[in-house]
Amino acid sequence: MKTRIVVVGNGMVGHKFIDNLVNHADRDQYQVITFSEESRLAYDRVQLSKYFSGSTAEDLMLTSTDYYNEKGVQYILGDKVIDLDFDNKEIITASGRREAYDKLILATGSFPFVPPIPGNNGEHCLVYRTIEDLERITASAQQSKIGVVVGGGLLGLEAAAALKAAGLETHVVEFAPRLMAVQLDEGGGKLLRRKIESIGVRVHTQKATNEIVAGAESRYRMNFADGSHLETDMILFSAGIRPQDELARKCGIGLGERGGIVVDNNCQTTVKDVYAIGECALWNNRIYGLVAPGYQMAKVALSHITGGKDQFTGADMSTKLKLLGVDVASVGDAHGNTPGSLSYTYSNDVEEVYKRIIVSADNKKLLGAVLVGDVEAYGTLQSMCVNGMDLPEDPNCLILPNVDGGGAAIGVDALPESACVCSCYDVSKGAICCAVQDGARTMGDIKAITKASTGCGGCSALAKQVMDSELKKIGVEVSNHICEHFPHSRRELADIVRIKQIKTFDDLLDQHGRGLGCDICKPAVGSILAGFWNEYVLDKKHIGLQDTNDIFLGNMQKDGSYSIVPRIAGGEITPEKLIVLGEVAKEYKLYTKITGGQRIDLFGAQLHQLPAIWKKLVDAGFETGHAYGKSLRTVKSCVGSTWCRYGVLDSVGMAVMLENRYKGVRSPHKMKFAVSGCTRECAEAQSKDFGVIATETGWSLYVCGNGGMRPRHADLFATGLDDVTLIKYIDRVMMFYIRTADRLQRTSVWMENMEGGLDYLKKVVIDDKLGLCEELEAQMNYNISQYQCEWKTTVENEELQKRFKHFINSEARDDNLAYVVEREQIRPATALERKSNNIQLVELVD
Amino acid sequence: MSEKPWISVCEINDLLPDTGVCALVNKQQVAIFRSRRLNEVFAVSNYDPVGEANVLSRGMIGSIGDEVVVASPLYKEHYNLRTGECLEKPGYKIPVFPVRLDDGLVQIQA
Repeated sequence: MKTRIVVVGNGMVGHKFIDNLVNHADRDQYQVITFSEESRLAYDRVQLSKYFSGSTAEDLMLTSTDYYNEKGVQYILGDKVIDLDFDNKEIITASGRREAYDKLILATGSFPFVPPIPGNNGEHCLVYRTIEDLERITASAQQSKIGVVVGGGLLGLEAAAALKAAGLETHVVEFAPRLMAVQLDEGGGKLLRRKIESIGVRVHTQKATNEIVAGAESRYRMNFADGSHLETDMILFSAGIRPQDELARKCGIGLGERGGIVVDNNCQTTVKDVYAIGECALWNNRIYGLVAPGYQMAKVALSHITGGKDQFTGADMSTKLKLLGVDVASVGDAHGNTPGSLSYTYSNDVEEVYKRIIVSADNKKLLGAVLVGDVEAYGTLQSMCVNGMDLPEDPNCLILPNVDGGGAAIGVDALPESACVCSCYDVSKGAICCAVQDGARTMGDIKAITKASTGCGGCSALAKQVMDSELKKIGVEVSNHICEHFPHSRRELADIVRIKQIKTFDDLLDQHGRGLGCDICKPAVGSILAGFWNEYVLDKKHIGLQDTNDIFLGNMQKDGSYSIVPRIAGGEITPEKLIVLGEVAKEYKLYTKITGGQRIDLFGAQLHQLPAIWKKLVDAGFETGHAYGKSLRTVKSCVGSTWCRYGVLDSVGMAVMLENRYKGVRSPHKMKFAVSGCTRECAEAQSKDFGVIATETGWSLYVCGNGGMRPRHADLFATGLDDVTLIKYIDRVMMFYIRTADRLQRTSVWMENMEGGLDYLKKVVIDDKLGLCEELEAQMNYNISQYQCEWKTTVENEELQKRFKHFINSEARDDNLAYVVEREQIRPATALERKSNNIQLVELVD
Repeated sequence: MSEKPWISVCEINDLLPDTGVCALVNKQQVAIFRSRRLNEVFAVSNYDPVGEANVLSRGMIGSIGDEVVVASPLYKEHYNLRTGECLEKPGYKIPVFPVRLDDGLVQIQA
């Protein structure tokens, strides 16, 4: 008989428990059923605010019905568990359903606390917790001009960001004397306030609301205890959370004085075989309102059920996040409450950075930290604090800028195996080391295997240090050399080429390499040279560097024939040009197919036919589509505001412009773009290297997405952009990619392996942290100015066409090519068909 | 055994440095490469036995260790231009042909 586990609540923590269980070695011994009063399975509440920047409810999902079905997890949505029968070990739902359990997990979470203020139940008085709440907020915001958030804590500021994004005049009302009073000290709170006010959010501290009454100019008027008042159209309460312990209370499970289900170190409640985890659980008289401790509890409860030894002994409440565009982090004892503790403070009003560390009385250990404006040191500080490591000789270096290269880095070797590197996914140093021993070699591998750094990303630098150190230990030379011919990475080669203005592979090999080169370094260097100087790729100096497809400006197919893809910018084509494509295909008996990038591919052209075919295409006004190059492929678009009833901006116009701007730019790997005319996103821009989506306030730019083998949603890079800024940002990101990516590294993997990730890229491209932006733009402009249609150049020069022949000494054609007809078009004959006498082969055109 | 005749197939200048061409010699397809650095010409069969297509002349040449190789343009196996051996798949070996330069002409025995 399988042990039957019932999980009440399918929030983040309930789901985590289930996910751990169905991936546990003993999973076959358990059967699991989960209940949720919400209408959907678990979603990411931590990322709720993304809903307002374009994410849909679906994007926020942490699991799916398919996943649960596949793993044999039974789920009941929209039916609340309202009673427990401990004698018969059954749960009872609102609809009267009874389910037996062997082990019961209460993961009922929390609910938002609404202060008992008269008038707090108005139609436009809302809370911020579920997707339904977000829908209500959106609806209310559409009928409001001013919005107030009650509560200046972490969630309150997130809610304020949502109102701001909805275009409301936004106020934050806080009872305490400063913002984020739990996490920040006075100095940090002050800077945070200044930064938030500078973007137009009005902050009112030390305000207690007495009542909410009808307003004179707005819908409501809030009267404060100090006699002042504020008028507003909507009010969002975000004044903390309370454990959802109603069910436990009703059934007599032990609760704390001020609520919360009491649990021990195994997460067991006072009732046998009943566990509580997450925000409903009270451990050591404390509720943990963050997701990471909830995940730890999920792990502990499962461990206890499956006979493991994990214990919950409190959790680190360190936090790092971005609120209203401001980076904020808090580590350990941020207030210096430890008796005798000392502190170091760095405060810079010009750059708006505040950092303070709290150290022990003997100046040996780090106890806590507050960071506002610059949180790069978070990973180091957090792990130093949690793992009780010794402070460096001069603790100043942890917060001062650019001391010894700015490295607040600590020797990762000093970390114990059990040290938690990623607190989002509870990944220890040991787990990362194991992954390395099992073959992981890149941060991409580490992320895929351990999930480390895939949550908030705050630990990515630390995780990489751990990985590098372990690689070194097991004797894997962390060589980033591109191949045996150059003792350099692609990035280093790109720097050399750029700085020393090297124009040919031979010069580079003479000065920095050895041997003859190979099919790894030659195309890579070819791409670098083209990325900076953009010369004709079939020039004598460069021709030997061109890979299979580039060397004949076509895409070689399995039998040695080629496919031809003319550029159809933005997927927009005239009837006249369509007819030309049809006529050419017909004349040369080519197989035609519409590509995924909104253009037309013509297959089965023989090498010697390419110049003649292209002559016709060029004469008709076509250009090469660079389908053969590691370069911009297409800019896909939806039809946009010119035709579509829902279109907001002219997506086709933008797509055509972008495609014409970046056509022919060589990069480390191919690049795909898309432009959608509204947030319905019909062009699927979020799966592209560069995705552009029209909104009411301008263009949103997404970067580093990918479809294909390992899909990755693009990251939202910037919003509300005009045409000029959009192009500027794309220029910079693309040239930075060309400069720094590895060989054949798509933008998605480039981003995943970038230390500091999206935030870092934003700093480089938007804030110009490296002072490179002007140079990147100039370089891109130069590259673009050198554009030529390689096929136009080729068909206009007899000499260049000589190579396009199968035999140098004969007009015969390759007798190995053979085609049959299928669905009215040609295709290569199979080996069997070639041998058969009865198969009708297609007569080839000369 | 009588030696096969040397057959002229093209001028050396028809071969761009570090690229290949294909010649038809006694009904055989011969891939010919010119290495600028070694100042040397190589001739092997044009047939790629893994991809089963006549394409090797369109591959990229280079070195791996001390060997001079061509990489198949289809699936990138490397063939030693002096011995014809496939570096990745020892079972595969392509024919190698004698080649020489005679007064600017590339000549093959095949």
